[in-house]
Amino acid sequence: MAENKKLQVALYWGAACGGCDVAVLDTNEFILDIARAADIRLWPIAVDGKYKDVEAMADGELDLCLFNGAVRNSENEEIAKLLRRKSKVMVAFGSCAYMGGIPGLANLTTREAIVDRAYFHNPSIQPGNHTMPQSETQVGAETLHLPRFYKRVYKLSDVVDVDYFVPGCPPAPAQVKGVVRAVIATADGGSLPPKGTVVGASDRALCDDCSRAKAEKKIARFYRPFQVVQDPKRCLLEQGIVCMGPVTRSGCGVRCPDSNMGCRGCYGPLPGVHDHGARFLSALASVIDSKDRTEIDAILDGIPDFIGTAYRFGVPASLLQRSVRS
Amino acid sequence: MTRRIVIDPITRLEGHGKVEIFLDAGGAVEDCYFQIPELRGFERFVVGRPIEELPRIVTRICGVCPASHHMASAKAVDGCFGGEVAPVAHKLRDMYYHAHYIHSHIAHFYALAAPDFIMGPDADPAVRNILGVVAKVGLEIGGQVIRARALAQDIQQRIGGRSTHPVWCLPGGVSKGLTQPELEEIKPMVKELAGFTQFSLQLFRDIVLGNKGYVDLILNGPYSLDVHNMGLVDADNAPNFYDGMVRVVDFEGKEICKYKPTEYAEYVAEHVEPWSYLKFPYLKKRGWKGFVEGIDSSIYCATPLARLNVADRMATPGAEEAYQEMYTTLGRKPCKALLANHWARLVEMVQNAEMMERYCADPEITSDQFRVIPRGITGEGIGIVEAMRGTLTHHYTCDDKGICTSANLIVGTTNNNAPIQMVTKKVARTLIQPGKDPDQGILNMVEMAFRAFDPCYSCATHSLPGQMPLIVRIHKGGEVCREFRRNVDRVRPDGASR
Amino acid sequence: MSFEPRIVAFLCNWCSYTGADLAGTSRIQYQPNVRVIRVMCSGRVDPAFVLQALATGADGVLVCGCHPGDCHYSEGNYKAMRRFPLLERILAAYGVPKERVRLEWVSASEGQRFADLVNDMTDRLRALGPSPIKSGLRTDAVERY
Repeated sequence: MAENKKLQVALYWGAACGGCDVAVLDTNEFILDIARAADIRLWPIAVDGKYKDVEAMADGELDLCLFNGAVRNSENEEIAKLLRRKSKVMVAFGSCAYMGGIPGLANLTTREAIVDRAYFHNPSIQPGNHTMPQSETQVGAETLHLPRFYKRVYKLSDVVDVDYFVPGCPPAPAQVKGVVRAVIATADGGSLPPKGTVVGASDRALCDDCSRAKAEKKIARFYRPFQVVQDPKRCLLEQGIVCMGPVTRSGCGVRCPDSNMGCRGCYGPLPGVHDHGARFLSALASVIDSKDRTEIDAILDGIPDFIGTAYRFGVPASLLQRSVRS
Repeated sequence: MTRRIVIDPITRLEGHGKVEIFLDAGGAVEDCYFQIPELRGFERFVVGRPIEELPRIVTRICGVCPASHHMASAKAVDGCFGGEVAPVAHKLRDMYYHAHYIHSHIAHFYALAAPDFIMGPDADPAVRNILGVVAKVGLEIGGQVIRARALAQDIQQRIGGRSTHPVWCLPGGVSKGLTQPELEEIKPMVKELAGFTQFSLQLFRDIVLGNKGYVDLILNGPYSLDVHNMGLVDADNAPNFYDGMVRVVDFEGKEICKYKPTEYAEYVAEHVEPWSYLKFPYLKKRGWKGFVEGIDSSIYCATPLARLNVADRMATPGAEEAYQEMYTTLGRKPCKALLANHWARLVEMVQNAEMMERYCADPEITSDQFRVIPRGITGEGIGIVEAMRGTLTHHYTCDDKGICTSANLIVGTTNNNAPIQMVTKKVARTLIQPGKDPDQGILNMVEMAFRAFDPCYSCATHSLPGQMPLIVRIHKGGEVCREFRRNVDRVRPDGASR
Repeated sequence: MSFEPRIVAFLCNWCSYTGADLAGTSRIQYQPNVRVIRVMCSGRVDPAFVLQALATGADGVLVCGCHPGDCHYSEGNYKAMRRFPLLERILAAYGVPKERVRLEWVSASEGQRFADLVNDMTDRLRALGPSPIKSGLRTDAVERY
């Protein structure tokens, strides 16, 4: 990068909710530091850059792209590839880009079931409706296009080469600052970590930062959060309340256990773990207090939707990635 | 030969969208389509999840208004468990929700809308954004804006544990309460926010009302529709964002209907067009009549302006004063000038702050009885709140183990899909003149049409399409005026996308 | 050419691997569809191994350990016993039929039992057909639509 030249930055969203963009705004006055150091060339929530402006850029003209959201349709993939070509550094920003996120839960059902529910069988659809959206609609001599809907949700690294991953739903603003500062510092000779690193998060589990008292875990019964009033000072898992803290990266600020609710794993697995849900499976199995198969089954009935808990944010990133039920 | 103009993506809103404008041979706007290209499928993939987990899953419909979904979902889940809720939980939720409103309205007004007014609608796109605004108004004012939104987010975190994507509501209440020390820290923050809401109104008076061109644009420009209004009201017909009855009023001021949340499916239905993934809600009893204005229209808006249009008064004194000033200036109630939404948003913020002040003075607010353990599962619940962008409905059913068996959502911005389509077309037709290529400033003014609605398309889009054969016939006045046929013989294996 | 299931089997060193060995030395005939991976204990089997095997193309996965109470390391097979029901729930949610993954106890003297087990599993998987998991994981363009 030439001296005195501002960083060229893009922030973009795939199948997203906007929370990662709000996380950037939640860095508050730091946004002004970003403005001093960078030209934001594309950021649809806040800035008027259009796709044609990106297409007109030279390859590698962008120093940094923060891409949040999952890949759900052809537009998400097309823009991901466009931005990859135009960017020196591509970051999968937030749980959806990193692991598939909440939209990834769609991988446990089918596209057909979703269509049916949205356009045909629901309490408020227009009576007698036979219409559903199409990727092409003829209007007179012209054709209107909509993106093609994919059969399943992908994470960003399934469709483009990703340099760094920032976990979180959304990433904590303090972490966002750290990541952006590291990139800004490269202009003064700072270096970035090895490609493929997960940044903006701890390499240790949530439990290390959680202030609750931890003793021995021997669980004879699981409780759903509404069934019991939690002791705010004691480890949730020890109380039989499902919490993915032991297998989830810290860095989020322990926001959920501090709200008296169990962690659901949005910061993703610890280093070296290939399948977040499988790791949680092992962790839970270690603390179940029984040696009898029937009793074990009964205890596990206290967690009615294990897959939706253990893989809440990461079905597309799991080893099996999606249901094979058709 | 038709020419085609595309605005892609639309910007300074939440979510994905594009506008396709077709010009006729003479260069006048022949047609205009506001297409929403995104969907995710929440209504389907929450099925099979424990119903008490839904409030923390559906927040991911939107990261700008997650608490709207959290609250509507919590109320629907409460219903699935019989509806008993600790009284102070309702107060805490409402208090949190007011802070949430302020965060979102500040973000919209200053970051998304204000650039058009402070930098000018045809300013260089590189500066027509929040960073340009801060550079222009100076760090002192810019810093105040940033600080005010930060306070609103901070207050939410102190009350409910998290601002973006709260995990706080449970059937029967909330998972944490407010302690006295926490309340003492919040009080001065609320006071500062109350001052900021008045500051924002004054800024609006100075920059927008003080500019004749803008006033003319608001009152006499093409950003106007003869369609109806929807909003939640309390027993006094004052706006209530967390709870109440749904009231629909036509643009002449006559009440069309007023219904309980549980009756929503009798009053609202959703129409589908093949060129957008987003459905088009309309007044069910009138039937779908197309994208038409008029007193018999079945189209309605659900926006801050609509909420104030259906209300007879505000719920708090300072807000009431601001509301009276607004309608006196606008000269008409209901007001049809859609750019007045930006003003209505600021009026609502005054009520948000005053309500928070009320809760700060309520001795019950620090009660530790913020939850009841539900006694049984009744299997169905409907929760309606006013999202910042419109009336939001969550309707769930669950089985006897409390596992979700169905979900139906009608989301804030979805209500406005038809009005946005209509006003975008109207504005495009007015501003794009034959013989003159529209520059980026004109196209931005076309975008200002939807921006008044503060749309949230991540919210609106929660369904999924496929590739099926289709025949669509458009009927007008009893005759088929247009027919679209698509893949009636077989599905093409590789349809083009863009 | 008919489909021949490919089964990955994790056998614990002390009981089930020895039991499988006994089937061999006893000249008991059984279908050759099993690929054996010897582990020291069934408790060593990380559920991710099972998922990885399925993801890379196994039609079935068999985990064998010592009978409860007989584990060489005392409690290792109880770990497997506690993990397995959770793994079953995950697999059911992914739409994977129960026949594809099994946990069985096989002692060092149960050569015949091992052979019968492999025959039974192979027959069931042949009837079920190839696992669709691996082909569906392709991230190239074909699978998008």
